Amino acid sequence: MSGSGAREAVFPTRQSLGLMKSKLKGAQTGHDLLKRKSEALTKRFREITRRIDEAKRKMGRVMSIAAFSLAEVTYAVGGDIGYQIQESAKSAKFRVRTKQENVSGVFLPQFESFTVEGSNDFGLTGLGKGGQQVQRCRETYARAVETLVELASLQTAFVILDEVIKVVNRRVNAIEHVIIPRTENTIKYINSELDELDREEFYRLKKVSGKKQRDQAAGEKEREVALAAAEGKENVDLPTRAAKDTADSEDLLGDKDNEDVIF
Amino acid sequence: MSQPASAYKDRQFLAVIGDEDSVTGLLLAGVGHVTQPPDSQKNFLVVDAKTETSAIEAAFDLFTTQRKDIAILLINQHIAERIRHRVDTYTAAFPSLLEIPSKDHPYDPDKDSVLKRVRRLFGE
Repeated sequence: MSGSGAREAVFPTRQSLGLMKSKLKGAQTGHDLLKRKSEALTKRFREITRRIDEAKRKMGRVMSIAAFSLAEVTYAVGGDIGYQIQESAKSAKFRVRTKQENVSGVFLPQFESFTVEGSNDFGLTGLGKGGQQVQRCRETYARAVETLVELASLQTAFVILDEVIKVVNRRVNAIEHVIIPRTENTIKYINSELDELDREEFYRLKKVSGKKQRDQAAGEKEREVALAAAEGKENVDLPTRAAKDTADSEDLLGDKDNEDVIF
Repeated sequence: MSQPASAYKDRQFLAVIGDEDSVTGLLLAGVGHVTQPPDSQKNFLVVDAKTETSAIEAAFDLFTTQRKDIAILLINQHIAERIRHRVDTYTAAFPSLLEIPSKDHPYDPDKDSVLKRVRRLFGE
């Protein structure tokens, strides 16, 4: 009964029984809370994965439109502008900042794009011809990058949530399958030990009182026998014998007194 | 686990590893950034057929682990394919890694490392 399963190393006392009981209660509350947290996170997680799937498809479309507009630029400018653009890129106009969103105690960062006002690095691109196409291409790509940023924040949330859900589930399982059974085992063990002590104590008391009764009965009998003998002798015999007998009976009475005190 | 705010509050740039057209387009949108002269580092890498895989890996390492100011790393899917093992084993939240389609290589959702994880989670 108490030997089955792991239990904590405690002394089987009433105090540790109380401790274990409160621990079990705490573990059950914690388990409920964590389970609810895990469910809330999983719900969020499913929603995010669905949105990622959609956003990825949207990104495919947006990027192909953007690539087409770049092809237009190449055609209008009449040459490759890649090198020129790579060389003139100096400071990022398009940047992202992160803010946090709190989902049941988990902070999910979200990227938010913003543009830095300032000089345009590509002011001279397409100056000769195709300026309009370059402008349009820039706008198309800016929109595409916004989609990408949105997708990136979804993906980051996905990665973080994935990890957090794993951790939470691990905790839920640890409490459910390790901590709660172990605490229950400990409580059972303490209870059985305390019962055992109770039984032992009861048995001991019974034994002691039984012994007392036996001793008393024996003493009573002996005294009666002695009294009877003394009376018989008094009737027949010498006063000296009688005196000795009374001394004996006094002794006997003395013993009995002592026993009574003990009892 | 969720990181402290310091893990990503300085991250404000996008980095690109891609073919010439993708990089050009994204630079036009204004993501390009070159750090101050002494060790001027670009936040983009143009990859063509002649680029060594080791160079791509080096850039990938630079953008993902060494630089702390990059929030999102965009990489063309066909280039990600060349360093697939690195992309698949990359699981950190920051910078977030995004595979994008290129002009010559349409987007294939089956190869995306994140979508693969999504699929696996839902047992498809």
